[in-house]
Amino acid sequence: MDSANFHILMQLLLSGVIAGSVYGLIALGFVVIYKSTTVVNFAQGEIMMLGAYFCYYLVVTHKIPFLPAFVLTLVFSALLGMLVEMVILRPMIGEPVFSVIMITVGLATLLRSIVGLIWGHDTLPFPSPFGDATFEISGMVVSPTEAATVVSAVILFLALFAFFRYTKLGLATRATAFDQRWAFLMGISVRKIFSLAWAIASVVAAVGGVFLGLMGGLEPNMSFIGLKVFPAVVLGGLESIVGAVVGGLLVGISESLAGGYLSGWFGSGVKELSAFVVLLIVLMFRPYGLFGKKEIIRV
Amino acid sequence: MLEVNSIEIVYCDVLKVLKGISFQVPSGAVVALLGSNGAGKSTVLKAVSNTLELEDGEMEDGAISFDGRRIDRLGPERIVRLGVVHVPEGRGIFDDLTVLENLKVGAYTRSDRAKIRADLEAVLDYFPPLRQRLPFQAGYLSGGEQQMLAIGRALMAHCKLLMLDEPSLGLAPLITGDIFRIITRINREHGASILLVEQNAHLALSVASYGYIMENGKIVLDGPSDKLLENEDVKEFYLGITDMGAKKSYRHVKHYKRRKRWLS
Repeated sequence: MDSANFHILMQLLLSGVIAGSVYGLIALGFVVIYKSTTVVNFAQGEIMMLGAYFCYYLVVTHKIPFLPAFVLTLVFSALLGMLVEMVILRPMIGEPVFSVIMITVGLATLLRSIVGLIWGHDTLPFPSPFGDATFEISGMVVSPTEAATVVSAVILFLALFAFFRYTKLGLATRATAFDQRWAFLMGISVRKIFSLAWAIASVVAAVGGVFLGLMGGLEPNMSFIGLKVFPAVVLGGLESIVGAVVGGLLVGISESLAGGYLSGWFGSGVKELSAFVVLLIVLMFRPYGLFGKKEIIRV
Repeated sequence: MLEVNSIEIVYCDVLKVLKGISFQVPSGAVVALLGSNGAGKSTVLKAVSNTLELEDGEMEDGAISFDGRRIDRLGPERIVRLGVVHVPEGRGIFDDLTVLENLKVGAYTRSDRAKIRADLEAVLDYFPPLRQRLPFQAGYLSGGEQQMLAIGRALMAHCKLLMLDEPSLGLAPLITGDIFRIITRINREHGASILLVEQNAHLALSVASYGYIMENGKIVLDGPSDKLLENEDVKEFYLGITDMGAKKSYRHVKHYKRRKRWLS
C-alpha cells in the first residue's frame, strides 16, 4: 500500500472513530436503560435531539456562554429523563414489555413533532465554541470540535464504567437489572433506580446530541440516528457498557470505510447499510452480541 | 416482636389465599411455619415483607406490626431498614453479580463501613465455603452454597428478624443439616429472631421453639415444638410415622377421616 492510500485509510478510520464515539454515547443510553429496567427506549434519539436543541436555544437565542449552557443542558436532560420515566413509564410497570416499547416509539414521534413545531424543520447551524482552526495529527486533519467529542466520550465511558463497577448505587442498579423482586428484598428503592437510569441515559444522549449538532448542525431528523445506533447496541450486546462503546465504534468505522471505498460501486446508500451488514455477520456467530450475556444455566 | 393479626390476602382480586392468619414471633425466638404445598406459607412471608404487590396480591384485612409499629403500609425498602429481612424461596441470588457483590448488595441499607466489613467477616465465618468463591459469579455456585449466600446476604442487612422460605428446598439432607445448624447458631450468636417456613416439619421443629401448622390459608394447629412433635395428627400427616414408628400406608381409611376433621 502506498503512502497516499494509507493516508486515506487513516483519515477514514479517524472520522469513523469520531462518528463512532457519538454513536457510542447514544448506545450507552440504550444500554443503561435496558440494563436497569429491561426496556428498550426507542425515544433515545429524540431525547438526544431535544438536548441538542435546548443547548442551541441557550447559546444562540439567549447568548449564554457555551460551558454554562452545556451544564444547564445536562441538568435539563436529567430532569427530562426522570419526567419521562415518572409520567410515561412508571404507570406501565407490570405491563408487557412490548407495550412499554411501543410507548417509547410514540414518545419519539411526539418529541420529534414538538421540536419541529418550535424550531422548524430546516437545518440550524450551531457555531462551535471550539473555533474552526483545524490541526493535524501526523498528517490527518482534525477539528477541535471533533477532538472535544472524542475526549468527552472517553471521559463519560470511563465515568459510567466506574459507576456501575465500584459504587453502591451502581451495584444496586445492576442488582435491580437482574431481578426487581430480589432488589426490593435488599431494601433497594427500585423506583429511585429507574429514575436514576433514565436520568443518566438522557444526560449521556444529550452530550452526544450537542456534539453532533456542533459538527453537523441541528434538524429534527437527526433523531433518526437513534435507529442507526440501534445495531451498534445489539452488536455490542444489550446489557454491556463496553459493548455499547465497541459497537458504536464498529458502526462508525464500518460506515466511514464503506462510504470511502464502496460507494463508488454501490452508490452512496451503502454507508447507511454497512452497519446492518456488520450486525448480521456478528449475530450469526454471536447471537447475544459481542459482549452480551449468555444466561447462566446451572447444571 | 413480630405480630401478625388475622390477615387476609387476595390474589388478582378473586383468589383468597390467606383467610385470617394470626401468629407471633417473640424476640430472640425461632418459630416454624409448617404446612403442605399451597397452604399459603410463602404468602405470609411476602405479606410481612410487603412484596405481594409485585404478584398482584393485596392484603384486605388484618394488621402486621414489628416492635409495636404497624408495618403493613410501609414500602418493602422501609421494612428492610427496620431489620426485617426476607430470604425468598429459590434463594433470590443475583446470578450476574459476584459472591462478594451479592453480599455487598445485602448491606445496601447501611452506611457504617467498618461494621459492614466486620459483618462480612462474620458471614464468612458462618459459611466458610463462600470465602474462596468471593470473586466468582454467584450464578455458578452450587445449590447449597447459594442458600448459604442468601442467608449470609440477609445477615449483611443487619437483620433483627430473619424470614427463611424453605431453606431446605432442593438440597441434599447432609447440606440441609449443615444449614440448619448454622441457622441455630445465627439465632444464638447473632440474636436474630427467625421465622422459618418449611415443608420438612421434622427438621423445622427440631430447631424451632414454637410451631404453627397451616392448611388452606388457615392456622389449624399451634404449640411448642416438643408438643407438636408428640401430637398424633402431626406425626401422621407431617412426619409420616404412626404409634409403632413404622411408615404409614396412605390407603389407610382412618387417615382420610382424621384429615377431614382438620380441614373443616
